[in-house]
Amino acid sequence: MNKPNERKLTIARAMAEAMQQEMKIDPSVFVMGEDIGALGGVYGNTRGLLDEFGSERVRDTPISETAFIGAAVGAAQDGMRPVVELMFVDFFGVCFDAIYNLMAKNIYFSGGNFKVPMVLMTSTGGGYSDAGQHSQCVYGTFAHLPGMKVVAPSNAYDAKGLMTAAMRDDSPVVYMYHKSLQGMGWLGTEAGATVHVPEESYTVEIGKAKVVREGSDVTIVSLGMGVHNALKAAAKLEAQGVSAEVVDLVSLVPLDRESIRASVAKTGRLIVVDEDYMSYGVSGEIIATVTEHDISVLKAAPKRIAFPDVPIPFSRVMEQHCLPNPDKIVAAWNDIKAA
Amino acid sequence: MTPTREEQHWMYRNMVTSRRFEETIAGIYFEGKTPVFNMANGPIPGEMHLSDGQEPVAVGVCAHLNSDDVVTATHRPHHQAIAKGVDLDKMAAEIFGKKTGLSGGRGGHMHIFDADVNFACSGIIAQGMGPAIGAALSRKMQNKPGVAVAFVGEGAVNQGGWHEAMNLAAVWNLPFVCVIEDNAWGISVSKEASTAVTNNADRAAAYGIPGKRIEGNDPFAIYDAAGEAISRARAGEGPTLLEIETYRLAGHFMGDAEGYRPEGEKDALFEKDPIPKMRAKMLADDAATEAELDAIEAESAARVEAAIKFARESEEPAPEDALTAVFA
Repeated sequence: MNKPNERKLTIARAMAEAMQQEMKIDPSVFVMGEDIGALGGVYGNTRGLLDEFGSERVRDTPISETAFIGAAVGAAQDGMRPVVELMFVDFFGVCFDAIYNLMAKNIYFSGGNFKVPMVLMTSTGGGYSDAGQHSQCVYGTFAHLPGMKVVAPSNAYDAKGLMTAAMRDDSPVVYMYHKSLQGMGWLGTEAGATVHVPEESYTVEIGKAKVVREGSDVTIVSLGMGVHNALKAAAKLEAQGVSAEVVDLVSLVPLDRESIRASVAKTGRLIVVDEDYMSYGVSGEIIATVTEHDISVLKAAPKRIAFPDVPIPFSRVMEQHCLPNPDKIVAAWNDIKAA
Repeated sequence: MTPTREEQHWMYRNMVTSRRFEETIAGIYFEGKTPVFNMANGPIPGEMHLSDGQEPVAVGVCAHLNSDDVVTATHRPHHQAIAKGVDLDKMAAEIFGKKTGLSGGRGGHMHIFDADVNFACSGIIAQGMGPAIGAALSRKMQNKPGVAVAFVGEGAVNQGGWHEAMNLAAVWNLPFVCVIEDNAWGISVSKEASTAVTNNADRAAAYGIPGKRIEGNDPFAIYDAAGEAISRARAGEGPTLLEIETYRLAGHFMGDAEGYRPEGEKDALFEKDPIPKMRAKMLADDAATEAELDAIEAESAARVEAAIKFARESEEPAPEDALTAVFA
């Protein structure tokens, strides 16, 4: 994806640029959340917006997620296109009513007579010893509940295009960005997330997965940070003569089941990598997507690597023990071969 | 301020229409639900929260609103919807779960949405607050006319989300009015047992905005206070909190035996029924003739009857319609 002399952006800058470009052409777009003004967002994703658009359209809010996410629903129903930030997805506990009972249901309960064109952007993920109230992904929680589109970019190109697509969507979109991909030095950024991003505005289709590495022996399906672990594992497997295909889900809702099935039909083997909790979540859904459609394509039992069903611990060694990583993916392949 | 003669007629008409509507719904609700009460049965399944007695709040406030203004309502929304001008045929059909309902039967009685008159509901206590202040923010940002009113019950004032929204409305000086319908009961728990202040309007002080309590379930006093609050909002002077004493003449929901009420409370409330009181006052004030009020009552009854007929005769939705309209 990268060529010499091409402009590379972090996901943080790519998100900010998408908002900046859309705000220039669409006066109904505005941004609100905690510390998104002068600070530019804790994760840098609104940097520069306050200077360009002012505090009317770039609104720092009180620490009142129920009020300002609920307000975004009302503003969206009234013709605006708010982008609101829930600083850590872990904080959904104080405001889920506004999210899943209002944002996600008002289109349906109005029979489609109200649109709810809003973006809820929120940070996910751990790996930096912030413990279990500031490190979760909870992808499955959001994807499980109907009425919200859910996207999770793994790189800056997708981050910009998905944000633009989300702002133009007439339905609510939950935009889940991973802290370790943001390009914030203090969070220890994954280098592979910082890629070429075109200057001009563009969209990345919501609901379309991408094959980010082609292979023939095994399909590794993941999203966000997991895609980078999958790519690193694929490189290790290649050294062993194993050809791994990596599918980046990009979106969880709608889920691109066709692309997952097509890849597994080709390789016959499936490993799912998910930083969210193991049980009742994304990893199980991906496997069910394949098996309930045509179990005969599988040459081996599928494997999943996800966060074990425990709260996320603080201790570095304990957290790293629980998180997915490339070695765990290689080990999963070895288990498949040994079976 | 005092309602004009024409406004009084409008208020009386909407109070009577609302009461006739609720009485009619109440009659139909038990069809198929006797001798054994099962909420799932009959032409109107599900919970049913009637607004009998609370009509003065709806008309006293909505007399100052037009279709561009935004209202969010609660699990007990019929009187507010009628006063806001929600299409009565489609609302009745929605309550019956019919294809011709406001949302094709997806929402039912606790989720009345009418985009044409900017009316929305949430069945979750205090969750109308956020969308209302958001609509107010939208009008302010777009420099478009219109105010937002959130109707909530007195029980909602003990929800965290209510306080968050009041603070945000005040700090952003939004064109917003919060109207608390104080019917004294949160299902079975009295206001006295649940609420640290006697007068919820006192809580306005916490947000540095005006707050006023209106006693007596009096449509004229409500009209006066709401007029001032809504004028303030329209003038860009910020939000107001109103707490209005009103009476819940029905149970929390249909089927509520109301054993928690002190003996004699219901009888005393019916003595204060606001509809005959308003009729008597209009006659005493020469604001209407007997014939005019009789005509309003007859027309309201006919209007309700037509809406119920429309609802009853409308088609059921196709079951698979359940799978549509999830996204815009």
